[in-house]
Amino acid sequence: MNRDRINKLLSQVPIHFIIIFTILVWIVPTFGLLITSLRPSQDINSTGWWTVFTSQKAGGPYAQYCAACHGADGKALPAADLTDPNVIAKYPRSLQLLALLRKDINGQPHMGDISLPSAQEAADIASSLKSGGVTTPRFTISNYVDALVGYRGTRTYAEDCRDHTQATDIHCDISDMLNPRGMGRAFLNSLLVTIPATILPILFAAFAGYAFAWLDFRGRYLLFALLVGLQVVPLQMTLVPISRLYAQMGLNGTFLGVWLFHTGFGLPYAIYLMRNFLGALPNDLFEAAYIDGASHWTVFYRLVLPLAMPAIASLGIFQFLWVWNDLLVALVFLGGTTPVMTYQISNMVTSLGAGWHLLTAAAFLSMLLPMIVFFSLQRYFVRGMLAGAVKG
Amino acid sequence: MNAQDVSKARAVLKKPSTSAPNIPRIMKQGKLTPWLYLLPALVLMSFFIVYPMITTIGLSFSNKDGTASAATTCRPDQTCWGVFENYHYALTSEFDFSSPGAFWTSFWKSSYGNNITWMILMTAGTVGIGLAFAVLADRVKYEALSKAIIFMPMAISFVGAGIIWKFVYDFGTQNVQIGLLNALVTAFGGDPVAWLSRPGINTFLLIVVGVWIWTGFCMTILAAALKSVPDEILEAARVDGATEWVTFWRITVPIIMPTILVVVTTMVINVLKLFDIVYVMTGGNFGTNVIANRMYTEMYKNFNIGRGTAVAVVLVVAIIPFIYYNVRRFLAQEAIR
Repeated sequence: MNRDRINKLLSQVPIHFIIIFTILVWIVPTFGLLITSLRPSQDINSTGWWTVFTSQKAGGPYAQYCAACHGADGKALPAADLTDPNVIAKYPRSLQLLALLRKDINGQPHMGDISLPSAQEAADIASSLKSGGVTTPRFTISNYVDALVGYRGTRTYAEDCRDHTQATDIHCDISDMLNPRGMGRAFLNSLLVTIPATILPILFAAFAGYAFAWLDFRGRYLLFALLVGLQVVPLQMTLVPISRLYAQMGLNGTFLGVWLFHTGFGLPYAIYLMRNFLGALPNDLFEAAYIDGASHWTVFYRLVLPLAMPAIASLGIFQFLWVWNDLLVALVFLGGTTPVMTYQISNMVTSLGAGWHLLTAAAFLSMLLPMIVFFSLQRYFVRGMLAGAVKG
Repeated sequence: MNAQDVSKARAVLKKPSTSAPNIPRIMKQGKLTPWLYLLPALVLMSFFIVYPMITTIGLSFSNKDGTASAATTCRPDQTCWGVFENYHYALTSEFDFSSPGAFWTSFWKSSYGNNITWMILMTAGTVGIGLAFAVLADRVKYEALSKAIIFMPMAISFVGAGIIWKFVYDFGTQNVQIGLLNALVTAFGGDPVAWLSRPGINTFLLIVVGVWIWTGFCMTILAAALKSVPDEILEAARVDGATEWVTFWRITVPIIMPTILVVVTTMVINVLKLFDIVYVMTGGNFGTNVIANRMYTEMYKNFNIGRGTAVAVVLVVAIIPFIYYNVRRFLAQEAIR
């Protein structure tokens, strides 16, 4: 029945429309961030990121109005070298530049038969001349370099290093990757915080989950019910006493303090998940092992741990993302002494007022690893979430 | 959950541990062995959750640096709640009591009013969009891809999401709009708006960010529940002439209701604890403050331990009903295991 098929197809159209619209709403903001992080900073602030797809004139107004005579690199006329800072300094704004363009040069109109640029275009030309690049490429990775090394100047890290005008805390060698203000150092710190803070709770949760699932002791249910309640205790409730205690013990600003805190806080959920997973393993398996004379430790080590691998994978992803993306704990216990990525970015927003070119690149750097983990191990992530939230 | 479930759950709690259902009788164990396995976890949880909770409650009755009772911070010319002075501050300082109308206005600008707005709109948004998307995506071929895209923000930090959306809401100059929202507004002939510093609308825009992040979570769990609805029942309804709409509301929704409730409570808890989005995007300024950010401000910007902990206790009191619900649900599940 052809008509039925067409009708069915037509009835599907609104569904496709809604789904695709929702997907677009979800993906466009992130996509805009990615595009922006790859654009030169003067472009970011003069045009929206979506114009990279529509603008026909590569290089902007400069290419349109000036490149014909001055050349794409601005050096075609030796008498008027547009890369000479002394020449540029005379025309810092559109006003001076337009005045110059209206004047005659050697008895001829400056612009010949080309029309004058508008005020906005003249401003763009002036700002692109000032920033040293008459022809800026459409895309650049210099934002990422600047974010990684913690560059805070008005040009780019590469330009400053080329002209030896860098700030005192920049050395223009590989050691800049460890600049405390940069995202490179923060990336390393984030890794150093996250890896132990992921392994420790899983290990302890596997022990405790085994006890709750397969060992018999008084108060087993009561203790586990308590644990279910602890899962939703807000972090805020515990920060103050722990940071006071850490101050006395000298643990503030140390990795150990953060590892232990994340471990303690991740445990209720991790044990809950582990116990539910291990409790669902078949009874016969354990009976057979015990009849063969295996000790609890052997059973745990040789039987439980290998079988629990799917649960461990789920938990691992969860805890990894939780710790990696955490801001509050890092803010309170690590702060500026050992900045992690989230701290570094929030600092760029709140106090340093870094430009969009640095913020977008830094944000994308911090999202890189979680995205890779998420897309490669999505199956385990979803499974862990379902086990924790729906099944008991 | 009904009364029968609860009584079953109570029976589980009272059940002598020797007849625990899923433990092989044959195994031998000393009295000590289980506790050795539990020891590291119990020590860490007591130290990092139980002990600080008790201390926090104690500190909330003390002064600025935790050295004396909160009653000493009272001003002679103002009403005083004695040792509850920090709670006096936490609960009333944001409100204007001069008239009922002023109270109403100030309430919806306060962190409490904002938290209620967040709670209602973000829970409704995430669960509503999540459920709708799960239902619709089930009918197209690119289901897996579309779900992965909706789910992706879960992998991003709140800080990263904050930057992404701050850029969308950016307020440029009168000439150039580099923020997507203002570019759309001006393209349709409107005037650009400084979205994040405009009270009244900024909280809603922050909620949009929250919805963007958490919808994937709700969608994934609800999609799994939807798949578990038996096809025969749906088929039977369709054969009887029920429309898709009626089938959904009268059959599917009642069946997955327990899951919807779980998702709703999880979301409410998440929203109450929410801190990062507000901290990064507005810092709690321009009338966007929430309880969790207020606690941080009192504690680590004003360095007032008493007030900071009192706000934290208020937060936990708001969450207690949901803790209770979670434990009850767990006990009921144990009863039917």
